Amino acid sequence: MIRLFLSAPFSAKVGLVAISGYVLVALLAPWIAPYKETAIVGASYELWSDQFMLGTDNIGRDMLTRLIYGARNTIGIAFATVVLAFLIGGITGMLAAILGGWYDMLISRVVDILMAIPSLIFALLLLTIFGTSIPSLVMIIALLDSTRVFRIARSAAMNVVVMEFVEAARLRGEGMGWVIRKEVLPNITAPLLAEFGLRFCFVFLFIAALSFLGLGIQPPTADWGSMVRENATLINYNDITPLLPAAAIAGLTVAVNFVVDWMLHLSSGLRSDQP
Amino acid sequence: MSSLAKVILQRLGLGLLTLFVVSLIIAFVVELLPGDITQALLGQSATPETVAAFRAEIGLDRPAHIRYLEWLKGMLTGDMGKSLASKRDITEFVGTRLSNTLFLGGVAAAIAVPFALFLGLLAALYRNSIYDRIVNLTTLTSISFPEFFVAYILILFLSVKSGIFPGISNVSTDLAFSDKLFRTILPALTLTLVVLAHMLRMTRAAIINLLSSPYIEMAHLKGTQPFRVIVRHALPNAWGPIVNVIALNLAYLVVGVVVVEVVFVYPGLGQLLVDSVSKRDLPVVQACAMIFAAVYILLNLVADIVAIVSNPRLLHPR
Repeated sequence: MIRLFLSAPFSAKVGLVAISGYVLVALLAPWIAPYKETAIVGASYELWSDQFMLGTDNIGRDMLTRLIYGARNTIGIAFATVVLAFLIGGITGMLAAILGGWYDMLISRVVDILMAIPSLIFALLLLTIFGTSIPSLVMIIALLDSTRVFRIARSAAMNVVVMEFVEAARLRGEGMGWVIRKEVLPNITAPLLAEFGLRFCFVFLFIAALSFLGLGIQPPTADWGSMVRENATLINYNDITPLLPAAAIAGLTVAVNFVVDWMLHLSSGLRSDQP
Repeated sequence: MSSLAKVILQRLGLGLLTLFVVSLIIAFVVELLPGDITQALLGQSATPETVAAFRAEIGLDRPAHIRYLEWLKGMLTGDMGKSLASKRDITEFVGTRLSNTLFLGGVAAAIAVPFALFLGLLAALYRNSIYDRIVNLTTLTSISFPEFFVAYILILFLSVKSGIFPGISNVSTDLAFSDKLFRTILPALTLTLVVLAHMLRMTRAAIINLLSSPYIEMAHLKGTQPFRVIVRHALPNAWGPIVNVIALNLAYLVVGVVVVEVVFVYPGLGQLLVDSVSKRDLPVVQACAMIFAAVYILLNLVADIVAIVSNPRLLHPR
């Protein structure tokens, strides 16, 4: 593990360290934040001072506190969404590869159609109907994103299903769950893991964009996307405070992308190095 | 009929079919809601009379298939129904908004496409050099930036600090072309930066893929000049992938426009869509979603067809 970390290129190391930093802040939010998440502690738009290190937001909440809690909410919700997307997409994808036949045909066509609609547009349509609450947000995005996971899981599992050891397991009379868990899944973990990173970046930016548009995570929950929206007017007064949550979003996605880039490089072997 | 024409017709048919199914989804997605859409839109406190009146107003009292056919006919003939919030004909305000959005997308594409192709080509030619590494890191970074981050950074530096460009792009139809262009520069620049990285990476990948094929190696081995290898041997085969990359990224641009329009208060279709979603103005959302989806599917179709035309091997899938 440590040797693997040391062998990573510089960008991937930076990425890994940054991700750990974000996770720590998210986990320890209540202990390191100076104030309560939604407490109004001063006048609106106060400047940076000793009392409020990054000033206050549009209704007088401490900016630094909101940033720290934002890590917890924004990352947490995006992570939950991706896990859900992988559960849905991964299981249906592997089943499609194993069962084949009409089941595979049916699900694949449904996925094709869903992927023909741009996901932001589809999400906006669904949010109009179901309203903007966190559960419906997570469900909608997980469902839309599971189509991409389905594609990857299906095509990766396809290559494994035709192997002799899977056939042997089936002939032995092992159940479907056993074949998926013990034969297919261990062999497609690497591509799925890289895909997990990519999907996380996508979902994270997607939720941030929705929140920024006022259609994602709703106030008073601290969230980076909506924080940019709430305080955007400050930019016109040459104040960079509203850019901080946006930079926090960018920082995490950059870090994850660096690590994923390295992982993809690892799994593709030396092929990409050749001219 | 030649097999090429047949395949293209097939793809066109498939595209139409997709469009049809997507229109079905957009029209019937309402029925997904457990319970009644009127309850969700009017709130729990609505009296039965208002609910009934509202159902009649949006036509929910008629059977679903008739409703769908009428909606589809309206979409095709340019009568998109009435907005719930403003009671105006949707067609009235969608037209100018759509042309604004297309204008913005067009300006962004006009800047992004030549840049991306040129830089991507260079990165592919000098792969694994310092230049290539820098390009790789910068594009990876800028892909990770949320659109609004890029937009606000541009506003901060090019509008607030230096005052070169206006930070709000309130274009209207009576503006002269040059004024309109001037006000569109910042949002277009934002979109350019967002889409440039994707396009550059894809161009690089497409060219490298091509340069690693045996016939290019053969050309090198027989002593052809590097420049000649690129122009005479690689480029004719590269047009397909390159046009494909452009079409795919234009499709991406169509959707990326939504956030950027909101940041710059640009009166385009994307902003209309977002406003309507927060007002839960379903007919407008459906109309906008249909337009966006249609453009997206169309561009993807173009990418698909170009890929087939430029690569005869795709004509005979194994």
